[in-house]
Amino acid sequence: MARAVTNRRKAIVTVAAWLIAIAIFFPIFWIVVLSFKTEGNAIKDPLEVLTSAWTFDSYATVQERSNYFRHFWNSVILSVGSTVLGLIIAVPAAWAMAFVPGKRTKDVLMWMLSTKMLPPVGVLVPIYLIFRDLGLLDSRIGLVIVLTLINLPIIVWMLYTYFREIPGEILEAARMDGATLRDEIIHVLTPMAVPGIASTLLLNIILAWNEAFWTLNLTAAKAAPLTAFIASYSSPEGLFYAKLSAASTMAIAPILIMGWFSQKQLVRGLTFGAVK
Amino acid sequence: MGRIQLEKVTKSFGEVNVIPPLDLEINDGEFVVFVGPSGCGKSTLLRLIAGLEDVTSGKIEIDGTNATELAPAQRGLAMVFQSYALYPHMSVRKNIAFPMKMAKVPQDEQKRRIDAAAKALNLTDYLDRRPGQLSGGQRQRVAIGRAIVREPQAFLFDEPLSNLDAALRVGMRLEIMELHERLATTMIYVTHDQVEAMTMADKIVVLRAGHIEQVGSPLELYHNPRNEFVAGFIGSPKMNLLKGDTARQHGAATVGVRPEHIAVSTTEGLWQGKVNVAEHLGSDTFLHVNDHGLGSEPLTVRVDGELPVKHGDTIFMTPDTSKMHRFDDEGLRL
Repeated sequence: MARAVTNRRKAIVTVAAWLIAIAIFFPIFWIVVLSFKTEGNAIKDPLEVLTSAWTFDSYATVQERSNYFRHFWNSVILSVGSTVLGLIIAVPAAWAMAFVPGKRTKDVLMWMLSTKMLPPVGVLVPIYLIFRDLGLLDSRIGLVIVLTLINLPIIVWMLYTYFREIPGEILEAARMDGATLRDEIIHVLTPMAVPGIASTLLLNIILAWNEAFWTLNLTAAKAAPLTAFIASYSSPEGLFYAKLSAASTMAIAPILIMGWFSQKQLVRGLTFGAVK
Repeated sequence: MGRIQLEKVTKSFGEVNVIPPLDLEINDGEFVVFVGPSGCGKSTLLRLIAGLEDVTSGKIEIDGTNATELAPAQRGLAMVFQSYALYPHMSVRKNIAFPMKMAKVPQDEQKRRIDAAAKALNLTDYLDRRPGQLSGGQRQRVAIGRAIVREPQAFLFDEPLSNLDAALRVGMRLEIMELHERLATTMIYVTHDQVEAMTMADKIVVLRAGHIEQVGSPLELYHNPRNEFVAGFIGSPKMNLLKGDTARQHGAATVGVRPEHIAVSTTEGLWQGKVNVAEHLGSDTFLHVNDHGLGSEPLTVRVDGELPVKHGDTIFMTPDTSKMHRFDDEGLRL
């Protein structure tokens, strides 16, 4: 080791790291705990909550009251659909920006990113009206389009960063070898960028899965994904903690499992290019 | 076959004019080397011929057809890059097959050409490996293999050996020369290394700031450099260029004497000086001589490796006036 680290220091840092991690993870843990309690027990003091009886009642009620799988299926279609559509648009866009940049490419990228700084509610009314007039309200296709547009800046940015790491000479070699632009993107660029594209894909599925503003505001029943499913268990009065927790657990479980299995890929992708 | 002709070709990047109007003729089967200091436009010129850059004006003819507007692949040229530019996700076999796959060459013909190239380049045992598992020299051979199978009109090499270590570089240099003998295809080779240029070329094109300073065979450039720049650039170690009185005595603004054209003695001679550094190469020794009263630059002299000289010794030097080069005020040969 280059620096001397005393055992005591190491212990303090370790404990601190664990405390922070537990503090961050605690709300999720608590949601899962509450989901296995009755409504009456769920609002008791924390210690009493932990010692009270465990039950599957909330899950049964939630399953009875609403159709989890329809929401789940909508979430899958919206997140995967918007990510795939986004990639189809973003791969050529990022190619152009990374390999044939113009004078204003940097500005365009900044402008794209700046749209993410706009509060979405600022464009809610115009988008709502457009959707109403086009008959896209509460439709999956409409939401796929909106989610694609929302996440497109991030997809383009991420891909741009990965593509910039690919030496231009390799693409020139492909051009010399007779590859058309299409061949170049399909046979050379994309396979080389697979790690980057994969983490972009994963991250955007997660972002789209968790997106709540547009999915809640532009859907009613038909196209509503899991975010709407969770929201439907929140109410201004009465006891709903346990049921809300059960719904939340069911909604986050799939993405949590996906994230767990792909964490290596995600971390690799997100730090890609940071260190050479 | 591989006859390439450039007519009044220019290239500008925005306001910057990299290649001023330039004419050049490359004959079929010639080994032509573009040489010059970095930033002289030699790589740009190669990329213009390759079609990787568009000319700003002028005309490029390949084999009698106007190729100025053709896409790189349609020019029938193959290129070997400095970074090798192999496809890292493909095996060696697939790398070599790629241009044929793009050209839709039949499978059995592809296989025949891959096997032939692999055999010629000693790559047969490595065909199923990825480029990442190969050494630098092997990667360079794969890049050459990928160029050969296209059976191009001409090969373009962009400083292909500069990433290799010294020993490998000499070996690959010979391999490329043998390849040229065997295929008798036009080759254009870009390098900043004048030793590579001298040893490999049929014809050297010396470039400076986009201008062609001189075109000729290696020995032509060595014996009759058209100007001071070429004189100083070709030959190793560099030619000594002397101004002032010494030059005036010979009726010139500058005279040039190559280190190998100066006789050295420990007892008598025309010039006197003090050895600053003696570089012993074994067969030869290069002396860097100071305090010679001929100018501020040290003189470089090549002497026999057996001559016992060391730092601080006083030596006498006599130039061979018959091999002296004379240049006028503008640096042009007199």
